[in-house]
Amino acid sequence: MIEGILIGLETAFSLKNLMMVMIGCFAGTIIGMLPGLGPMTAIALMIPITYGFEPSTGLILMAGVYYGAVFGGSTSSILINAPGIPGTVATSFDGYPMAQQGKAGKALAIAAYSSFAGGTIAAIFLLIAAPSLSKVSLAFRSPDYFGLMILGLTAVSAFSAKGHFLKAMMMVVLGLMLASVGQDTLSDIPRFTFQNMNLSDGISFVLVVMATFAMSEALTIIFKANDPTRVAKQISLSQLGSIKLDKTETKKMVTTIPRSSVLGFIIGVLPGAGSTIASFLAYGMERNFVNDEEKQKFGKGSVNGLAAPETANNAACSGSFVPLLTLGIPGSGTTAVMLGALLGFGIQPGPRLYQTNPEIFWSVIMSMYIGMVILLILNLPLIPYIARVLATPRTFLIPLILFFSVTGIYLMSFNNFDIYLMIGIAVFATVLRLYDFPMPPLILAFVLGGLMEENLRRSLLISDGSWSFLWNRPLTLCIMICICLIIGWQSYQSFKTKTR
Amino acid sequence: MKISPSKIISLLFFIFSGFYLYTAHQIQVFTFDENAAFNAKTFPIYLGYAGLIFSALYVLLPETRPSNVDLSVLDYKKTITLVLLMILYGITILRAGYFLSTSIFLVLSYIVLGERKWLWIFLLSFPFVAIFMYLLHGLLNIYLRDPFLQFIGVMG
Repeated sequence: MIEGILIGLETAFSLKNLMMVMIGCFAGTIIGMLPGLGPMTAIALMIPITYGFEPSTGLILMAGVYYGAVFGGSTSSILINAPGIPGTVATSFDGYPMAQQGKAGKALAIAAYSSFAGGTIAAIFLLIAAPSLSKVSLAFRSPDYFGLMILGLTAVSAFSAKGHFLKAMMMVVLGLMLASVGQDTLSDIPRFTFQNMNLSDGISFVLVVMATFAMSEALTIIFKANDPTRVAKQISLSQLGSIKLDKTETKKMVTTIPRSSVLGFIIGVLPGAGSTIASFLAYGMERNFVNDEEKQKFGKGSVNGLAAPETANNAACSGSFVPLLTLGIPGSGTTAVMLGALLGFGIQPGPRLYQTNPEIFWSVIMSMYIGMVILLILNLPLIPYIARVLATPRTFLIPLILFFSVTGIYLMSFNNFDIYLMIGIAVFATVLRLYDFPMPPLILAFVLGGLMEENLRRSLLISDGSWSFLWNRPLTLCIMICICLIIGWQSYQSFKTKTR
Repeated sequence: MKISPSKIISLLFFIFSGFYLYTAHQIQVFTFDENAAFNAKTFPIYLGYAGLIFSALYVLLPETRPSNVDLSVLDYKKTITLVLLMILYGITILRAGYFLSTSIFLVLSYIVLGERKWLWIFLLSFPFVAIFMYLLHGLLNIYLRDPFLQFIGVMG
């Protein structure tokens, strides 16, 4: 393990990779700050660029973008009450009231310190948990993997689209259907290609991500006639106030951060839960922990109320890397995008990644920590300047997003067909978004489609075509019970809402 | 009787799943693979059935949380124009080259969205694309074929 950490440190501390973390954090902060554009869009826009680099460098850049985007999301939550991502909604509960009281600088500092502390504690947990879980996950067989993937898809559907479980499940099926286009991996038999040569290699992952996130988000903003930057223009971004914290505020944070970090990390590890649930749970938990006087301040600018969700969402981001790096199964839409990028590099994450590509495994973990430090020392003092991005008019912003999306896919294939296909998928995705059909389950399913089919193939061949593999092994049975519980819980919730 | 748009989308997905299932059955597998426990069409067939089941459930069951969208506030004109501009961009990118097609796409998109600051429109189109192309060529070693720049002698 020590040897691995040293390899990771060597890779992460190379000048090129340090530059990548810095660029990633900076670019991620800017994109994440723009309301409506979250980490998935930020990472999607970066993927075509990363393919020009070595896998570890590309992944380090994306990890930097991820953290930067989460931090950027908090900034827009605090300054203009427009969370860039769902994971920072809870941040706005107390962050925005603080900004209204003229303490925007302080609120941003609390968010930055909490994110740093939450991320640091979670990175230590990840350092300990990932190798141990990698060893445990070597015991997993194809039926367990198949079950885990269904569990991940069901959980993401249940949690990412509250009250729209069936819509999310339809998106899962659609994602798997899109993944099935192209030649069958084992027999090379063409499927759903309709004799079109452009489809014989299947639909590119970057194309689907760009279309369903970057491009459709941009089109949705225009379609709904939203101007997310309008509020930003009304406030003076230069008058953010001091970023220095006093003793009482620091003391409050010291008690909040450890418990929120643990909670955030655990929630992050669970498939589908992610930073949104972690931040809301941490906010609720913190409210129960504080005294009555502090409880009254919640929602009006409480330090604890701001520090708790910020710590938890960053800890959850680190936690979500555990299933990705150890099992090769992403637990969230964002890590699904990263898995897709890894597969694009020809790397299969999973329990053996720790042994076969230690430089990738450890350098990603190390770069997370470096990313946290960079966010703290670089972004915090620069916030008054970076925050001006919030006022970028949508008349410039939207065409630039569309340009980056089209360029991204053009650079990968140098072919018009992919551009038309991307526009077509983006138009469909925009309509689907309008009616609350969630996109993260589609992406997760698209990424997992090939792996799922492969594991189902092995499981069915081993069990001679019988589906008994789903309950023959205790581990698979436990996973199937979890899936049944999630479906049962969702059905109960729907029934309860209907009878109300 | 008013049918919600979500149900119409689900109904369309039901029809699509039916078509997908039909196409999955048409996949030609090797003769020796016909009766195997798993072949190239097994997974797509399961997916087709899953699509039919989930969409049918949504169509038949009452909606617990209907999505209310005010269609009158949607900006169809700008959205459709942008989509058409992107298609035009896709058509011209190979013929006119990356530099010209991208710059014109950006200029037209800014104007369609209502921007009238001409200096910024210019700066964020032609020079911006030129810098971007230089970064692609110079830093990332990505070659972009450009008939227009070749014609005027800027590119070799």
